[in-house]
Amino acid sequence: LALYFHSGEREEKCIIEDIPSDTLVIGEYKVQRWDIHKQDFLESAPGLGMFVTVTTPFDEILLSKLYGPQGRFSFTSYLSGEHTICLQSNSTRFVAFAGSKLRIHLDIRVGEHFLDESVLQAKDKVNEVNFRLEHLIEQIHHIAKEQNYEREREEKFRKTSEETNSNILWWAIVQTLILISIGIWQIKSLRDFFISKKLV
Amino acid sequence: GAARGAVRAGMRGGMGAGMRVRAGVRLGVVAALLCALRAGADGTELTFELPDSARQCFHQELQRGLKFTLDYQVISGGHYDVDCYVEDPSGRTIYRETKKQYDSFQHLTELQGVYTFCFSNEFSTFSHKTVYFDFQVGDEPPILPDMSNRVTALTQMESACVTIHEALNTVIDSQTHYRLREAQDRSRAEDLNGRVSYWSVGETLILFVVSIGQVMLLKSFFTEKRPGSSGTST
Repeated sequence: LALYFHSGEREEKCIIEDIPSDTLVIGEYKVQRWDIHKQDFLESAPGLGMFVTVTTPFDEILLSKLYGPQGRFSFTSYLSGEHTICLQSNSTRFVAFAGSKLRIHLDIRVGEHFLDESVLQAKDKVNEVNFRLEHLIEQIHHIAKEQNYEREREEKFRKTSEETNSNILWWAIVQTLILISIGIWQIKSLRDFFISKKLV
Repeated sequence: GAARGAVRAGMRGGMGAGMRVRAGVRLGVVAALLCALRAGADGTELTFELPDSARQCFHQELQRGLKFTLDYQVISGGHYDVDCYVEDPSGRTIYRETKKQYDSFQHLTELQGVYTFCFSNEFSTFSHKTVYFDFQVGDEPPILPDMSNRVTALTQMESACVTIHEALNTVIDSQTHYRLREAQDRSRAEDLNGRVSYWSVGETLILFVVSIGQVMLLKSFFTEKRPGSSGTST
């Protein structure tokens, strides 16, 4: 778990993953808390846990669980779109604890299952190639799913662009008509008014 | 770490001897090759939302002599730009750019320690940005060229596997690139659509208000407010 970032004690940090449907996402994290006395991050803070909440593009909760200071979570998307993975600690300490922060290590893997090296070395040669081929097939499936999803999104994009185009055209026509008719109404109204006031 | 270990074991075995060692060597070698191609290049890619006037930093511990690449892109929000800077363990800024939409930065580490890269949206007061970044840590270029000399023969299956794996990684990277550009373009198109709608409705309302107001105003100039005396000249 290489990459890490800092967050406040009660702060919620969210990651967005734009994924096609039926995709497995595996996340691993490790959280450490800042110790004021030692002026360093404690290796494992007892009792410290993280709420992991995964939301679908339509704001339904897909996963909401409390894990320990170190955890691994996974979910499979059943819709395509932007899923949000949020992490928040279950710390009940008051925010008045100035200088208190958390270090969160995070690794999120989408789609392919990475090779498990220990399993690999245990198997014999024929199975090893078999294993590699399975991994490759999985990769290809993931690519195909992503491409399908991309096609859906491009269609949505094209529809939006065409809608904008016709919107502009339609409004231009409507506004010109309104302009002309209001101009005519103005002149007529004023002419009638001046006639009635015997100025013309 | 695991990749390098496996490679060294493979090389040592290949240096010498017997048939018994061969199978183990081949296993280790193929494992190492496939490792080096994908996971020996270790990396993280994340998409997150950066609120306005906020900064988000990420840190990673790196050895020296490693080449890392940071790609980032702003997918949505405001003018689609963000500030980014990278600092080495000594606090020296090795990369700094302001208001960039996307960029790619490579660096060979000279110090061992924690490298920090930060994205800042502090120049913006009301638009929060969605930022994607891909931080890849790569070893020296894959050892494939030397390995093919030392290894006696990878069977056709194994070399085909390796080739396919490489090709698929290229496809995945290319797909990610296109996905991001499409997301950005779609975000702009949706902004544009919204803006056109709002502006059209607004303009029509203003048109009505102004034109009717003009007529009312003109009429009011010629209408006296004093009760009693009738308006115009006799």
